[in-house]
This record gives sequence, structure tokens and C-alpha cells, in this order.
Amino acid sequence: MKKGFIRINSELCKGGGLCIAACPKGSIRIRNKLNIRGYHPAEYTEKEKSKNRKCTGCALCAIICPDIAIEVFRD
Amino acid sequence: MAKQVFTRPKALKDNIFHYCPGCGHSIIHRLLAEVIDELGIRDKTVGVPPAGCAVLAYNYIDVDMGEAPHGRAIAVATGIKRTRPDLIVFTYQGDGDIAAIGTAETIHAANRGERLSAIFVNNGVYGMTGGQMAPTTLLGQTTTTSPGGRLPLRDGFPLDLSQMLAVADGSVYIERTAVTSPKNIIKTKRAIKKAFQVQMDDLGFALVEILSQCPINWKLSPVDACKWVEEEVVKSYPLGVIKDTTQAQNRMDRMKRGKRAKT
Ligand SMILES: Cc1ncc(C[n+]2csc(CCOP(=O)(O)OP(=O)(O)O)c2C)c(N)n1
Ligand code: SF4
Ligand code: SF4
Ligand SMILES: [Mg+2]
Repeated sequence: MKKGFIRINSELCKGGGLCIAACPKGSIRIRNKLNIRGYHPAEYTEKEKSKNRKCTGCALCAIICPDIAIEVFRD
Repeated sequence: MAKQVFTRPKALKDNIFHYCPGCGHSIIHRLLAEVIDELGIRDKTVGVPPAGCAVLAYNYIDVDMGEAPHGRAIAVATGIKRTRPDLIVFTYQGDGDIAAIGTAETIHAANRGERLSAIFVNNGVYGMTGGQMAPTTLLGQTTTTSPGGRLPLRDGFPLDLSQMLAVADGSVYIERTAVTSPKNIIKTKRAIKKAFQVQMDDLGFALVEILSQCPINWKLSPVDACKWVEEEVVKSYPLGVIKDTTQAQNRMDRMKRGKRAKT
């Protein structure tokens, strides 16, 4: 299985949660801490370099993000 | 080294979208920008944004834009295209814009086969002004001006503008899509690209109707708003190609120019 990772720009995120519903791996959650505009942004739950991360870099989260807050990388 | 597989399209400015969380408008903006990038037409594309939540589309899509008064986008675009046929002209209109106040010029533009690509963003309400009922509002749907739900014999039936435009002989490509899931978003991008291609091939009028979520006015979470489109809105507005005569049109066009039709 291919491995990937994402980077979420928490200041662009409005916390809509569409990425969380779209991610087949459950690799995204809502952050407790507010961003500067007062939203609870999405946060990636895995470590970019971790060997056992589940993210495949499928980009489903980024495709549905209305605020283009997610960048996707593949190994 | 990890390689980046998803990033912001070049034809989109760096500005932060003003739309509410989960709104479909900015997804559609991004798809437009991706299509403009892929077709390499940024320097010859002109957009006509509406009155509606997308009134500020010129802050995002990095092509020349000429703002139109409410409902007049197709008329303004017709003027631009007829003076400069070398340009690629698209309109970006809400349902209140194109299917209410702008119905008349839209039907006639389709009938004349204006070489335009119309992007019709159907969220079933007047989003910008506070979620009032639109001609496209579903039966029974609660809005600020139909508090007990839309009643057909008082408020009329949901208007299917795309079907109406398909009747006009000048329209060659009309498809209805949604932006509720990655799969639907990819289909929407394909449809937008085709609508541009139809114009670049000089075939006639093309329109993509996109069912778009307005979580704020529907009073639903973004995820539930997407679900509502997929479960309820599509019953009145089924997804899919409504009209596609591009192949027949291609043949007719070549014949008109005295060239032999490709078989
Ligand atoms: C001539 C005119 N009449 C009314 C308005 C008020 N107005 C602004 S936006 C709008 C409707 C917007 O609804 P829609 O086109 O569906 O766009 P949305 O905001 O839902 O994307 C109206 C009635 C106006 N700007 N100009
Ligand atoms: S790229 Fe795919 S697997 Fe990775 S976080 Fe996004 S949706 Fe989940
Ligand atoms: S009111 Fe509706 S259409 Fe307008 S920005 Fe908000 S969610 Fe989008
Ligand atoms: Mg609307």
C-alpha cells in the first residue's frame, strides 16, 4: 500500500469536517484549540515520518476541502 | 522524497474565501481554476460573476472578470463574446440569478446557441440575501420566505431550468452534477472542462448545473448538507447528462463549413 501524508493549513480551515467524513483511514480529527478566525480546524492525526501511518495520499480530503487548506504528499 | 500530489491551482489567487464553512461555491471556484490551468487558457478567459454569494468571484479566479447586475450575466457575456469571439467566456450564476431574474435572456442565449459556458450553481435558495425561497426550492422545503415549507399551489413547483434550456436547439451540452463527495467533484470538473471545450470548438451553448450545498441557510452541518443533496435534492434534480449533441453538432458544423464530416 502506498504511503502518503497531508499538511493542513489550520488558519485556512473553517472546521466544516468534510475531510473527516471523506477520509477512508480516519486520519483527520477536529482540533480543540481555536484558530485565529475562531474555528476549530481539522488536524492530521499522524506523524509525517511515522512508519505505521495509515494515510495513503489518496487526496480525497483535499478534493472535498472547500478552502483548499490541505496539501497532499505521497512517498 | 515525498512528492506533492495536491495543491492550489495557479489560476486561483491567494485570497481566503469569504464563503461559509462547507459552502460549495469555493469548491466550484477551484474546479474552474483547475480547468483553466489544464486547458492553458488563463490569458484569454473572461468570467462574468453574478449578484449572489459569488459576487466576489473576481477576488479568487485569476482571469479578467466583468461583474453583471443580478440575472444579467448571460447578456453581459453575450456582449463580450460577440465583440471578442476569440475569448473564452463563462458565466457563474446562482439559481436565484439564472433561474429567476435572469430566465429570459438565458433561454434566448441558449436558443441562439451563444458560444458561452454557463456555470449554474443551484443551492435552492437565495443564499446571499438570507436564504429566501427560489424557483428551485424543493416542495416542502423551509426557507425564510416559506416558513411552513414550499406549497406548490401557493409557491409554484421546483423549476428545472436545465430541462427547459435543453429544449432549445442552440444548446448542445447540459449536464447536472454535484459537489457533495470527491467522486461527484471529479465528475463536476469533467463537466466544466467539457463545457469549455464545447465553446472552444465553437459548437453552441453549454451549461453545467451544479447542485451546491448551502449549509448555513439550510441550517445543516456541512456533512449533513451534502447528505441532503444526495438523498433529497437529487429526487427533484437528478444528476447526469441532460443533453449532449456535440457529436451531431460537430458533423453539422463541418458540413456548414463545406468540410466533409468525419465518420
Ligand atoms: C436587481 C436586483 N434585485 C435583487 C437583488 C438582491 N439580491 C442579491 S443576491 C440575490 C439572490 C442570490 O441568490 P442566488 O442567485 O441563488 O445566489 P446564491 O447567493 O444562492 O449563491 C438577490 C435577490 C439585487 N442585487 N439586484
Ligand atoms: S490523503 Fe486520503 S488517507 Fe490521507 S488524510 Fe487525506 S483522505 Fe485520509
Ligand atoms: S450563504 Fe450559503 S451559498 Fe452563501 S456563502 Fe454561505 S453557505 Fe455559501
Ligand atoms: Mg442560490
